[in-house]
Amino acid sequence: MEEFFNYIGLHEELIFFIILSVFVGIEVIGGVPTVLHTPLMSGANAIHGVVIVGAIIVMLNTNPADTLSLALGFLAVVLGTLNVVGGFVVTDRMLEMFKKK
Amino acid sequence: MSPEYLYNIRTVCYVFASVTFILGLKKMSHPATARSGNLLAAAGMLCAILATIFINVHRTETGGIPEYEEREPRGFIYALIFAAILIGTIIGWVTARRVKMTKMPELVSMFNGMGGACAALIGLMEFPHHHGLTGSLTAIVLGLIIGSVSFSGSIIAFLKLNGTMRKPFRLPSYNIINTVVMVIVFGLGAYMVFGDSQNGLIYVLFALALLYGVMFVLPIGGADMPVVISLLNSFTGLAAAFGGFLYDNKVMLTGGILVGSAGTLLTIVMCRAMNRPLSNVIFGAFGGSEATGAQESEHGTIKDVNVTDVAVLLNYSKKVVIVPGYGLAVAQAQHVIHELELLLEERGVEVAYAIHPVAGRMPGHMNVLLAESNVDYSKLQEMEDINPAFEQTDVVLVVGANDVVNPAAKTDPSSPIYGMPILEVDKAKNIIVNKRTMNAGYAGIENLLFYNEKTSMFFGDAKKVLTELYDELKDMS
Repeated sequence: MEEFFNYIGLHEELIFFIILSVFVGIEVIGGVPTVLHTPLMSGANAIHGVVIVGAIIVMLNTNPADTLSLALGFLAVVLGTLNVVGGFVVTDRMLEMFKKK
Repeated sequence: MSPEYLYNIRTVCYVFASVTFILGLKKMSHPATARSGNLLAAAGMLCAILATIFINVHRTETGGIPEYEEREPRGFIYALIFAAILIGTIIGWVTARRVKMTKMPELVSMFNGMGGACAALIGLMEFPHHHGLTGSLTAIVLGLIIGSVSFSGSIIAFLKLNGTMRKPFRLPSYNIINTVVMVIVFGLGAYMVFGDSQNGLIYVLFALALLYGVMFVLPIGGADMPVVISLLNSFTGLAAAFGGFLYDNKVMLTGGILVGSAGTLLTIVMCRAMNRPLSNVIFGAFGGSEATGAQESEHGTIKDVNVTDVAVLLNYSKKVVIVPGYGLAVAQAQHVIHELELLLEERGVEVAYAIHPVAGRMPGHMNVLLAESNVDYSKLQEMEDINPAFEQTDVVLVVGANDVVNPAAKTDPSSPIYGMPILEVDKAKNIIVNKRTMNAGYAGIENLLFYNEKTSMFFGDAKKVLTELYDELKDMS
């Protein structure tokens, strides 16, 4: 139990940060009309593509001799890019339909 | 430039990206600003990615004094990163541009799976390098588990939407088996964090988590896939957030947590539109008893009509309401229905579209599709607004929709869709239902509307019969 409290004490800022982010996420899409559910889901889908940042960090710090890690890292960056690029482009295509005439 | 300066530039980029994510999501919640919101978030993402690639500075604190160290990776690692980004961009861009509007839901599911896989791979690669810290080990293990579940689950969802795998597949007492597998996955994860963390186990954990993702989505019916994708979407967000925790990377944390919480809320909102709790979607009840739908009792007879009958009926109506469903999307009939609408309006018939919140395979699917063929936005009416108007409607034209107009949702407590709000088309004076065959809808249940004495069945592929109908109407003046 003491370890748990220590952990909280050490990561005070992080914990506040997480709690506030959760509420921002909920507030920010409050009252979204049904018509926008699919594009919003798709847009959020593109945003979690930020995981690619992690894949790039891994790649940058990989030992160049470690072929397995390089291969996995390469794959991770490809997949992450697919998520980001595909996600934003497909969302844009959906939202294009909503433009005013 | 000093490493400290570079580090601060990168921080500014990350702050900028986080703000664009928040503003982007906010703007995407309103029709007028949605598109610019998406572009804004994309710009922030680009900024974060470029900063990560070009600024590789590590900050370590010794005794409260921060130290900055710039690392210069080998050139060929950069080459690999750029090659990977190039490949991903080309494939992602081309598929997203080329795919048909009807295939959008599948594509979103697929891209979501890619993000999950990316998070899982990060876990696989980082595990051998962990420094025995409980915090980072937890982040690695949880990121791996959630990313893998999201990946394999999304692939199954993709296959289900695709039609490759239509029927829900259920092992006997699958809820218990799934729970056991989930407990094993998290148990093994905990063991790896707090007990023995030998490297081989991470692959076992990876395999088990993939298996759980498959088992999690398999029993869920195809009609519930939008909810499942939304849920898996928030899972991937969570996995990205664990990555952010691992690297103490704030932009991954904000992006991940935002999507995690917004995605969860969106999932709940979608469930609410179907009037079912989330637990009901995940743990079944939808067609839970094998007996439903199998009753071949006497429903009465169905009435079949031909093109001319429908054309005459529409021509002399005052008010027509069109109810589009997935069948319309599959047949690509959104353009011809719009032309039919314009022709009828020309003849002085009032036409509106009734959009059920979950018509098609995804909420908002029909709106996107009809907007594509330039249907006026104000003609699309939501369920609550149009339901009271059905009594004054002369003809309801149901095109490829089924479960969303099934009166069993109101009258039959034993029906799996009981309680779902429906479009009350049976209040209209005449109902014309266009379907390809008499097959049951996506939920696999019989629809008594077809046996209603006011209903006429207008069989055939939506695009084909609507084109014939249009020509017939055109000649009739």
